[in-house]
Amino acid sequence: MSIRERLSGNEAAATAMKQINPDVVAAFPITPSTEIPQYFSTFVSNGAVDTEFVAVESEHSAMSACIGAEAAGARAMTATSANGLSFMWEMIYIASSLRLPIVMSLVNRAVSGPLNIHNDHSDAMGVRDAGWIMLFSESNQEAYDNLLMAHRIAEHKDVLLPLMVCQDGFITSHSIETIELLEDDKVKEFVGTYKPEHYLLNSKEPISMGPLDLQGYLFEHKAQQSQAMKNAKKVILEVAEEFEKLTGRKYGLFEEYKLDDADVAIVCMNSTAGTTKFVVDELRKKGIKAGLLKVRVFRPFPAEEIAKALANVKAVAVLDKSDSLNGAGGALFTDVTSGMYVNNIHVPTVSYIYGIGGRDTKTDDIEKVYNDLLEIVETGKIDNPYRHLGLRTKGAEK
Amino acid sequence: MAYNLKEVVATRPSRFSEGHKMCAGCGAPPVARMVLRALKPEDHAVIANATGCMEVSTFTYPYTSWTDSYIHTAFENAGSTLSGVEAAYKSLKKQGKLQEDTHTKFIAFGGDGGTYDIGLQSLSGALERGHDLTYVCYDNGAYMNTGIQRSSATPKFADTTTSPAGKVIPGKAQERKDLTEIMVSHHLPYVAQSIAMTNFKDLYEKSEKAIYTEGPTFLNVLAPCPRGWGYATEDLMQINKLAADTCYWPLYEVENGVYKITYKPAKKLPVEEFLKPQKRFKHMFKPGNEWMIEEFQRIVDKRWNELLELEELTNKEQ
Ligand SMILES: Cc1ncc(C[n+]2csc(CCOP(=O)(O)OP(=O)(O)O)c2C)c(N)n1
Repeated sequence: MSIRERLSGNEAAATAMKQINPDVVAAFPITPSTEIPQYFSTFVSNGAVDTEFVAVESEHSAMSACIGAEAAGARAMTATSANGLSFMWEMIYIASSLRLPIVMSLVNRAVSGPLNIHNDHSDAMGVRDAGWIMLFSESNQEAYDNLLMAHRIAEHKDVLLPLMVCQDGFITSHSIETIELLEDDKVKEFVGTYKPEHYLLNSKEPISMGPLDLQGYLFEHKAQQSQAMKNAKKVILEVAEEFEKLTGRKYGLFEEYKLDDADVAIVCMNSTAGTTKFVVDELRKKGIKAGLLKVRVFRPFPAEEIAKALANVKAVAVLDKSDSLNGAGGALFTDVTSGMYVNNIHVPTVSYIYGIGGRDTKTDDIEKVYNDLLEIVETGKIDNPYRHLGLRTKGAEK
Repeated sequence: MAYNLKEVVATRPSRFSEGHKMCAGCGAPPVARMVLRALKPEDHAVIANATGCMEVSTFTYPYTSWTDSYIHTAFENAGSTLSGVEAAYKSLKKQGKLQEDTHTKFIAFGGDGGTYDIGLQSLSGALERGHDLTYVCYDNGAYMNTGIQRSSATPKFADTTTSPAGKVIPGKAQERKDLTEIMVSHHLPYVAQSIAMTNFKDLYEKSEKAIYTEGPTFLNVLAPCPRGWGYATEDLMQINKLAADTCYWPLYEVENGVYKITYKPAKKLPVEEFLKPQKRFKHMFKPGNEWMIEEFQRIVDKRWNELLELEELTNKEQ
């Protein structure tokens, strides 16, 4: 029934965009996401989509044009990475505050400086409080699937928030994998049409958007955004359920891999989960009860659900592919541990910063983390809760 | 163009409504009102506005002065925001997805800060891509919303809060940027410079041409600021007139590369007359500072003569 194809992560994202057939795409090239607008403009040139492609002069303009288009009543999409997202930053907040369900494909890469083109998650972490729904993808398949589900989530009347689908630069974006595609008509039917309630091009109901919003109202407007983000959790699960019926592929807020009976667990996002699964299997062969919690939905953050899923583990390592440079630990670590605290779950947990600037994270590295956790379980001592994995300079440890 | 301007003003309701919070004597509201008056009553418009005085005083939640659809997103991106709206219109129309098949026009308003400076890239990109829109810069010659800081549109010697006339430095050290000419270099079908003067005929006609010429068009309209320039609020129209009569702000249009000066004062006044009523140039009139007025005059004359030459040259070519 479904089609099996060998596609890179970028091709998978571009293919999803083609099948979604958005009204407007505005994008600007940046490694490693450049291929997405390239493939997409080919679709436009060949008449494979109805989209107006706006070849903007910057990412700031890409997001501005997406905002204009979505506000006008169109479905708008974009793709970017790293500095491109940094350059959009101002508009990222404005997109969510205007409650515009724009969908972005974010191919994660280290944010400058110094300049680096390889994968880490510092770009995504820079917008984690910007009011966007953030889905992470372990594989090309997940990058594709998450994009197909994106509009259904973002455009839901209880949500109306922009959404970004993250995948790891080069590691998945440029690696070929056999993935299952849905037929075009099935995607069309699943995604549906965008029917905004209020939009600029409705001459019957002219509206003003983007006011000066002062002390009297901004707080309430932000609280509405906050509520929408909470509502998104339920909608994400509902859409996933429908998607599972269609494809047989199951998605939740996060994936638990051999976590049920695990003594030691790693929490991570995107492609590192694949490496971790392999290590879990190896350790299990040796009788070590290792497990994994792979976060798919980073925003809204499923704090309570994650805390509960980790409640029976004896030690946890949270892997952050971005250093918050706060002297205290990575962003995912902070979110996971505060979720545990609030839910009265107290499991020894450590933060690992890893893979910065595309530093390769091998199975040995992951195995080392599990061994460290076993030591914590055995000794009951954490020593240093804020660690670096795969870092050459020994001095940084202490 | 057979029309009666008086009738237009009398019969077309203003699409920019009263009750906004712009200052008395500000030059920008008449610009917005007149530009929008040039819209055919049956046409709908989507207006994009850059952050600045106009935006903050016409759309403070929950009140709006705009009767058409309106969007403000940020300071530097009215051009790209409107690009997106226009692209959406094209796309939806092509796909038959627009229920109301009205004619929609796209107009951006930005101050000189949002246009000459921080928004120049987004503006240039929007125009180069050929979106069917009209960008209107209301040029009050400084960042007024944040308290009169110099911009690249600020004239030489002007006293602003970031180019203060001090003991050593006599106000802004640089000449103003000629944005209208930069826009002409984009080879647009229509570029014009105007001002709200006498019966607003010049501004009305240029607005109509700009809005109804297909493709990207640009209007640069001088819009004095009583606080930034230091004139009495009731003198707005007088200041506008002096800007045109001294040729400080030449009124002209460039249609497909052909220049036409639309106002040649019968008697070109010395620029002093424009400078004198404004506090921002007060230091230029101190004894010993005559050279500043002379230099200012030289700048104005040079620009005016260039324009006369361009007009002659481009009309000869035809
Ligand atoms: C990115 C950014 N930088 C600075 C500001 C602060 N700011 C708001 S309006 C403004 C000046 C606007 O000047 P101009 O475009 O000339 O319009 P005016 O207020 O004079 O009408 C500034 C500096 C901002 N809103 N955004």
